[in-house]
Amino acid sequence: MDERITLRVTRYRPDKDREPSWQDYDVPLRQEWTVLDALNHVKSDIDTTLAFRWSCRMGICGSCGMNVEGEPRLACAAFLSDYAPGPVRVEPLGNFPVARDLVVDIEDFMAKLPRVKPWIIRDEERPIDDGEYLQTPEELDAYQQFSMCINCMLCYAACPVYGLDPDFVGPAAIALAERYDLDSRDQGARERLDVLIEHEGVYGCTFVGECTRVCPKHVDPAGAIQRYKLKAAQESVKAFLLPRGLRPKARRP
Amino acid sequence: MSDPPTAGTHDVLLVGGGAAGLRAAIAVAESRPDLDVAVVSKVYPMRSHTVSAEGGAAGVIAEGDTVEEHIHDTVSGSDWLGDQDAIEAFVHEAPRELLRLEHWGCPWSRRPDGHVAVRAFGGMRKKRTWFAADKTGFHMLHALFQTSLKFGGVRRYDEWFVTRLLVDDGRVQGVVAVELRSGRVEAIAAKAVILATGGCGKVFPFTTNANINTGDGMALAYRAGAPLKDMEFVQYHPTGLPFTGILITEATRAEGAWLLNKDGYRYLQDYDLGRPTPTPELRSMELGPRDRLSQAFVHEQGKGRTVDSPWGDVVHLDLRHLGAKLIDTKLPFVRELCLKYERIDPVTDLIPVRPVVHYMMGGVSTDGDGATPLAGLFAAGETACVSINGANRLGSNSLPECLVFGARAGAAAAEYAGSAAPPTATIAAQLADEVRRLERVLGQAPRDDSVASIRTEMQETMEEAAGIYRTGEALTKGLAHLGELQDRLPRVGVRDTSRTWNTELIGALEAANMLDIAECMLASALQREESRGAHQRTDFPARDDERFLVHQLNRRDADGTPRVDRVPVTITRWPPGERVYGR
Repeated sequence: MDERITLRVTRYRPDKDREPSWQDYDVPLRQEWTVLDALNHVKSDIDTTLAFRWSCRMGICGSCGMNVEGEPRLACAAFLSDYAPGPVRVEPLGNFPVARDLVVDIEDFMAKLPRVKPWIIRDEERPIDDGEYLQTPEELDAYQQFSMCINCMLCYAACPVYGLDPDFVGPAAIALAERYDLDSRDQGARERLDVLIEHEGVYGCTFVGECTRVCPKHVDPAGAIQRYKLKAAQESVKAFLLPRGLRPKARRP
Repeated sequence: MSDPPTAGTHDVLLVGGGAAGLRAAIAVAESRPDLDVAVVSKVYPMRSHTVSAEGGAAGVIAEGDTVEEHIHDTVSGSDWLGDQDAIEAFVHEAPRELLRLEHWGCPWSRRPDGHVAVRAFGGMRKKRTWFAADKTGFHMLHALFQTSLKFGGVRRYDEWFVTRLLVDDGRVQGVVAVELRSGRVEAIAAKAVILATGGCGKVFPFTTNANINTGDGMALAYRAGAPLKDMEFVQYHPTGLPFTGILITEATRAEGAWLLNKDGYRYLQDYDLGRPTPTPELRSMELGPRDRLSQAFVHEQGKGRTVDSPWGDVVHLDLRHLGAKLIDTKLPFVRELCLKYERIDPVTDLIPVRPVVHYMMGGVSTDGDGATPLAGLFAAGETACVSINGANRLGSNSLPECLVFGARAGAAAAEYAGSAAPPTATIAAQLADEVRRLERVLGQAPRDDSVASIRTEMQETMEEAAGIYRTGEALTKGLAHLGELQDRLPRVGVRDTSRTWNTELIGALEAANMLDIAECMLASALQREESRGAHQRTDFPARDDERFLVHQLNRRDADGTPRVDRVPVTITRWPPGERVYGR
């Protein structure tokens, strides 16, 4: 017998609806189905107007972040059977403006990302013909986990600070800054610190740790933020102790 | 009437923001800072399908390896259908491009001494595949995307879907695109357009490809009059997870995994791929090329030696003897995917796998600089067909292909744009036409038919007609069915009338793109009366160099159907020979 489960999905079409509402869809409850499979079933066979983002369906492109039973999840990694007997509430990620249905507007993150300079910064570029920068497996290990971020926005959705203060740079961007700081090929830590010690940089974080808890790729943004606070504190001690001319110069972004 | 809106005017416009598109954009920004470059993509660039590439990227760097050997592997891997001048250029430039990625922060896996590590790969006679564990494409894409942010001048149109190319005066002058968030339809004018939209795996029902791989760039080029090339060559990867089609990388076999039939027997030894050895031998057994391995599966299936599963017949990929340490260091994503999507642990369990549509060897026909015969139009990456892959691509050649030909197309487009005339006034009229066309789709009442059912029928037709083995009869029947679907699709309305994030409209436009591509694939496959690489005709089982050492070009006829022409393959120093593996 075909078991069924109810998906309770947020609908919101800005050109029609004054406010979001719930819509229930009755879908097969299959062992191998994720919430994403169920949404695609709805889209193909029940209601072609439901809008959501998705692409790789294997947890690497970062498109299908949404709240499933109140928890930020990748829809492609949340199995329906884990929510049986249902209903399963599916909502857009929190802390972002809703564009439509399950689609949120992440332009704020896209604008913040370049501000932390997530690229290799060198005092002097090595010519390509001189070959690769040597980097031992241990040096790779030092930053590897921070390089696993897929920009899925689950950490922003989970972060209570970002919810209150949208100026907060936020977990993923800070983790990426740390990823480059810890890369043995990089010399840009100073420039990134200058950006992040601005008041809205790292100081907003109150160490709730939700970002690390919800990360589907086991990145530790909370750890990255903690390290930045330490670096910032060391900077201010230096600034206090050193005569003005010897202080590291803080450039404005 | 006032002029319809133009979202922007650029010198060079990239359609697609994956590895090829971003590499091309950076090439323009670096070499010609005076030019205005933009990237339009239906997804944020870091969502592009490059992100799913796992195993690695080939480039000669290791001691004892030579470009000559990489060239020969690629030529023979292509079943002599690759253009040898293009392959030579590719092999020579790949290592520099991979080094460039290293300088841009790509976290390549390393040897203990700090040098970049390389691994074995199918059909390659030397270890030459650079890798970042088993998330190579993910790391390459993010390194490229993050590096592209450094060039603040690269304008991006994120989440805009391109619906047509603007062509006037014999040259491409930009695109029309829908902004998903607002539903606005606008022109983006450009002197040169580079198509880098990736592949078209979604034409088939069972594929490793992402939802976005709908062949958009190929369809745009084809409708604008640029020919598609080698469209009959579709690569089946031998190891996809049943149901999802998620790729289990060839790197598993490079690290020593075995393919077993239901008796636990390494069946590849029965298919002229060499003798089983405990540790992997290059160009042998599990490290044979993808076309041959996928074909061997079909024969095992015919002999009743595959394993039943709820999702069709499978064989087993055995990693158990590799141990948890190696798996966690070099194949962590494979373990994660198996645990999540199959609820098995490859450290202790066999992985069920079956062949799955993975890669399109064909694409928009270009020269070695990414230029198409249509002035102002360029293409690179999987969208394009240069061709270096011929009848069968070797694993780990596609990522460096994106870099080498992305960079080349970027440079060539920049040079062209530097001296091209500005867009003509008539593109405004073309935009108005396109707006009217899209309005018609939106305003149409839905019928007792749906885009989803047409898409499903197309996918089933393609699997039936253009699978691992093909016949003239099935291809003919498939073409007739696609013709019916072509008649049905324009009559299906879009129920959703909202302007904001109308994914139903995008789905209908993607289905139209895929139908055109599917027709080209079947038309070309029907014309090629031989078996070569990934194109196997049971009614013409032998390779026929007399008649078919040629590329086939698809051009769109006035009635909308594809016409097939032939052009010679470029052979320079490697005359056609036998493909030998395992002996």
